[in-house]
Amino acid sequence: MNAPLWPAVFGRFGWMDLPFVRAWQDPSVSEIIGAGAGGLVVFGGLAVVVLVTWLGRWGYLWREWFTTLDHKKIGVMYVVIAFVMLSRALVEAVLMRMQQAAAINAPGFVAPDHFAQLFTTHGSIMIFFMAMPFLTGAINYVMPLQIGARDVAFPLLNAVSLWLTAGAAGLMMVSLVIGRFSTGGWTGYPPYTELAFSPDVGPDYWIWAVTLGSIGTTLSGLNFAVTIYKKRCPGMDLMRMPMFCWTSLCTAILMIFAMPPLTVATALLALDRYLGFHFFTNDLGGNMMNYANLIWLFGHPEVYILILPAFGVYSEVISTFSSKELYGYTSLVIATMAIAVLSFTVWVHHFFTMGQSANINAVFGIATMAIGLPTGVKIYDWIWTMFRGRVRFSVSMLYSLAFMMTFVLGGLTGIVLAFPPLDYLVHNTLFLVAHFHNMLIPGLLYGMLAGYNYWFPKAFGFRLDETWGRISFGCWVAGFYLAFMPLYVLGAGGMTRRSQAVFEPAFRPWLYIAGIGALVLLCALVTLFVQLWVSIRNRESTRVPVGDPWNAGGLEWSIPAPPPEYNFAVIPTVRDRDPFYVEKEAGNAYPRPKRYEPIAMPANSMTGPALGVLGAVTAFGLVWHMWWLAGLGLAASIATIIARSFVRDLYRIVPAAEVGRIDRRWRKEIDRAKPIGRAVEGTPANRGLAEVEAA
Amino acid sequence: MPECSVADRPASRIRGPGSRHEGLPRSPIRRLLRLVSAGAPLLLGGCDVFKLGVANHAGPVAEAQWHLLLIVGAVLVFVAAPVWLLTPLIAWHYRIGKKGNVYKPKWTFSWPLEGLIWIPPTGIVIGLGFVLWHYTLALDPYRPLPSSEPALEIQAVALDWKWLFLYPEQGVATVNQMAIPVGRPVHMSLTSGTVMQSLLIPQLAGQIYAMAGMTTQLNLAASRAGSFRGENTQFNGLGFQNQKFEVLALPGEDFTAWVARARAADRPLDSGAVDGLMKKSVPPEPILYSSVPPNLFQTLIARAQEPSR
Amino acid sequence: MSAVEGIHPGLNLAHPHAEAQAETETALFGFWVFLMSDAVIFALLFATYGVMLHATVGGPTPSGVYEIGPALLETVILLTSSFTFGLASIAMKHGAPRRRLLGWLGVTLALGLAFLVLEVRDFLTMFAQGATPMRSGYLSSFFALVPLHGLHVAAGCLWLAVMMVQVVVFGIDERVRINVLRLGLFWHFLDIVWIGLFSVVYLQGLIR
Repeated sequence: MNAPLWPAVFGRFGWMDLPFVRAWQDPSVSEIIGAGAGGLVVFGGLAVVVLVTWLGRWGYLWREWFTTLDHKKIGVMYVVIAFVMLSRALVEAVLMRMQQAAAINAPGFVAPDHFAQLFTTHGSIMIFFMAMPFLTGAINYVMPLQIGARDVAFPLLNAVSLWLTAGAAGLMMVSLVIGRFSTGGWTGYPPYTELAFSPDVGPDYWIWAVTLGSIGTTLSGLNFAVTIYKKRCPGMDLMRMPMFCWTSLCTAILMIFAMPPLTVATALLALDRYLGFHFFTNDLGGNMMNYANLIWLFGHPEVYILILPAFGVYSEVISTFSSKELYGYTSLVIATMAIAVLSFTVWVHHFFTMGQSANINAVFGIATMAIGLPTGVKIYDWIWTMFRGRVRFSVSMLYSLAFMMTFVLGGLTGIVLAFPPLDYLVHNTLFLVAHFHNMLIPGLLYGMLAGYNYWFPKAFGFRLDETWGRISFGCWVAGFYLAFMPLYVLGAGGMTRRSQAVFEPAFRPWLYIAGIGALVLLCALVTLFVQLWVSIRNRESTRVPVGDPWNAGGLEWSIPAPPPEYNFAVIPTVRDRDPFYVEKEAGNAYPRPKRYEPIAMPANSMTGPALGVLGAVTAFGLVWHMWWLAGLGLAASIATIIARSFVRDLYRIVPAAEVGRIDRRWRKEIDRAKPIGRAVEGTPANRGLAEVEAA
Repeated sequence: MPECSVADRPASRIRGPGSRHEGLPRSPIRRLLRLVSAGAPLLLGGCDVFKLGVANHAGPVAEAQWHLLLIVGAVLVFVAAPVWLLTPLIAWHYRIGKKGNVYKPKWTFSWPLEGLIWIPPTGIVIGLGFVLWHYTLALDPYRPLPSSEPALEIQAVALDWKWLFLYPEQGVATVNQMAIPVGRPVHMSLTSGTVMQSLLIPQLAGQIYAMAGMTTQLNLAASRAGSFRGENTQFNGLGFQNQKFEVLALPGEDFTAWVARARAADRPLDSGAVDGLMKKSVPPEPILYSSVPPNLFQTLIARAQEPSR
Repeated sequence: MSAVEGIHPGLNLAHPHAEAQAETETALFGFWVFLMSDAVIFALLFATYGVMLHATVGGPTPSGVYEIGPALLETVILLTSSFTFGLASIAMKHGAPRRRLLGWLGVTLALGLAFLVLEVRDFLTMFAQGATPMRSGYLSSFFALVPLHGLHVAAGCLWLAVMMVQVVVFGIDERVRINVLRLGLFWHFLDIVWIGLFSVVYLQGLIR
């Protein structure tokens, strides 16, 4: 192609930007792994397209999933994204652990540049494209059901958030095939990520993927908060809400206030890189310390965004599987709000070593310790919830117990890190890495997996396989300990994070154990998928159509499994906390409606997928300096939003007869089912109808 | 030297017979894994790792930090122990199917228990707060160490991927070798010639960032002779993992001899040498420079702020 | 639906728009929340500006590049446009013929565009003096903060134009009503941000 024409069309793309070409030129193990990963993305994408075409399901997918505004389906799609990205990021972690075990006074098999991209994508994906989608999906699915609503406050915005996240995740996958990713870590500190030191496309991929995702998350937070404030059913006072809704509310508030600093940080970095501004450059007045403040003003509340929904899950699970009301509901609410507020007061502890005065460090150190207090209160409240209950060791409960034991250790090391003089010793070492994985894996991931096992039967109408659930659980716990306990020791010995190679033989045994742990975690992931596959295969024997497999107390259990699109045939009126328990004990679990009304549901819309695709396209154009593509994408996005505003047909009416038909079919299942006690909860006798003694 | 023991593994798994929901299936694999992981480091000499860090402190700052760690650790045992004890105990004791248990599904609050949940932890946080305040001020990296001797001035410039140490009083410089006299405080001024970096010598003191255009400070001392590991902990590119340096703590006369050796090296740190150092590289061996231009540190600070394109 | 339920802060759509009232509550509350997140972004850019005010690196300084005349004129124009939008909102609330609503929206749009033209002219003048964002950290922070507000005003103008078209096409139906209310919030919010800008950036910069 003509010399000036190529950059005008293709920006700064060149053939060497393809990993396949690079591996051809330099067939080292490192490059071949990279090409393999790119090949997997291409092959995987093609395989999905071919499969769907062959099955003739494009219409179904478009109608039922891509254009839906149903919060339940949107929640499921978020969790699907989370599982896919978890798989990628976990494999990346295994690669890094293997490399460190191999590269003790040896080169290993992953080159330094590749390794640096691995730790950057691993962190970025796990936070932005695994954890955030997982918890957003859980809140999306469960919270509206728990407050007796038909959907979130802004269903279209919900879909837009989902598709922006999907588009950003897609961008991350594209970076495996075209170009390279950033090597600056998941927080992208300048000046390393400035043009002077990283002129390549990597930091740009990172900036735009994170920006797209963060816009989606801010909008989700807005949606959830307004839903909880405005869409609760009659009688559902704030202090009658399930704890999961309280944590969802506080999470949403954090999202609204904590995502903007991230948007500002990445936007200013983008201005530096694209237009030559000087926010964080070394020259002409830039100051990298401002970036640290901005990114951690986001980053600290972010970790509370990650953990609060898990805390909500634990409240639900521990209460249900102890057959007991939550101990200390008011304390839990106060503690949750305290955590949310305090999370904005501790950000400096992420850079104690940046040279500010001892007084500033001391203030933030004390604030950091203070925030451990409400968390401890919560753990005790959960312990006392089990007290004088009847504890059942379901998979969800196992995760909760493992969380309580293991998370505390992470909290302890957090207190150690809260002391600036101690932080000076272990900051940026593997001690820090062990600490935050100790919070995220036993905290967030176990919580999400507990929630997954808990609410899956509600979403899909059949229970997950218990045996494979326990096997997976065992692997997650054993794998976590093996992979991360050695890192505390290594950090205490001064081993830095992000090291592609080490030169101290004393590190060897610990790195080997950590490597084994990573492999066990890989088994945990595989067995998680095996559990799903076995569950689907055996679903007839685990069906729970009546919808209450665990004898739980929230409104979500008072509707069929899977629920109808409109959730409730009649919006319930709530009399107390744990409203479904109250009704069950009064012998009024499934009151027959006197009359069925037609229900207006949001009509499908292609605005969500359109904005997701266009957002990703715009971002891709910006990354590669294909200005025409970025401009077109932006213009088309604006046009889409304007066009949508002209649509008047926003609702689809579900006729009363249809509502009645679905409801009556469900009531036949209730009549057919036998109420069961907890002892046979895990057997096919459990059709989702609970045996409850009248109060 | 501390007794080598694998980090505490809290007893977390409740085992027992019974139906699927009344207890966990025994998992010999999990047991085996834990045994292996407990035993392996002992077999393979893994305890050596502690010799590389603050547990094997060699200076007053690191020694104070180690003591602080012990204090904090001891207090934290009291924070964690109740959780580690109560969780498995209560969960197991109140398992479904165990006969004779009290069952109070509506018991949700108790003022004395609330007091116990909120007040002692608050007390611990307040107590630790005082400890934190005191030690943070005492171990401020900018705080000069009390001593009868004047501090040795070393200026450190973080480069890709090496450390340049300037000795303005002695008029010598080194790459990747920081010699200090035993027993005498050292005052370091740090900057970066490239991106944000962080200097850490875990056996002597904590780390501090080195940033272009700015100066940070670190005060430390060695209380015994030896060779200690130093490194950069803030990722700065492809040679990051190789950016290590050695710290030689030398008794008085040996330090003087070292300075003399540097002066005799016949390798001035002139502008050509500086330009060479500014290129991205990992020097295979430490380098000694026999002379340093005056105010080189300030020059390099200004140079880092020059426009690069 | 009692009169107390569903009352939101700001302009209220009472009888005969009771149905719109219910929808409005949630829609406008959500928009307030969005404005709060936008306010955080502006607050952080104000903070960045404050921190980088002295990073002039020997280049143009605030008192050197700011001119009070244009800034004052822009302030008057923007404040007036908020007033005219208020008149539009009142026209809509009291069921005035759509011509009046269109008229006041149009005046607001014209004032908004005038503001933008003057602001762009300001920036071009600064560029001509060598005060580009690439010159120093201080100028970078100025050109992040003030043009971000300008971009918001531009988006508001686009929104105004779209609303005018929708008033013509649909009349003043429920969706149009809610969107005019949201646009009103947006427009007044931008006015408040501008007052902050005028005070913190221009006035503070020139008092030296």
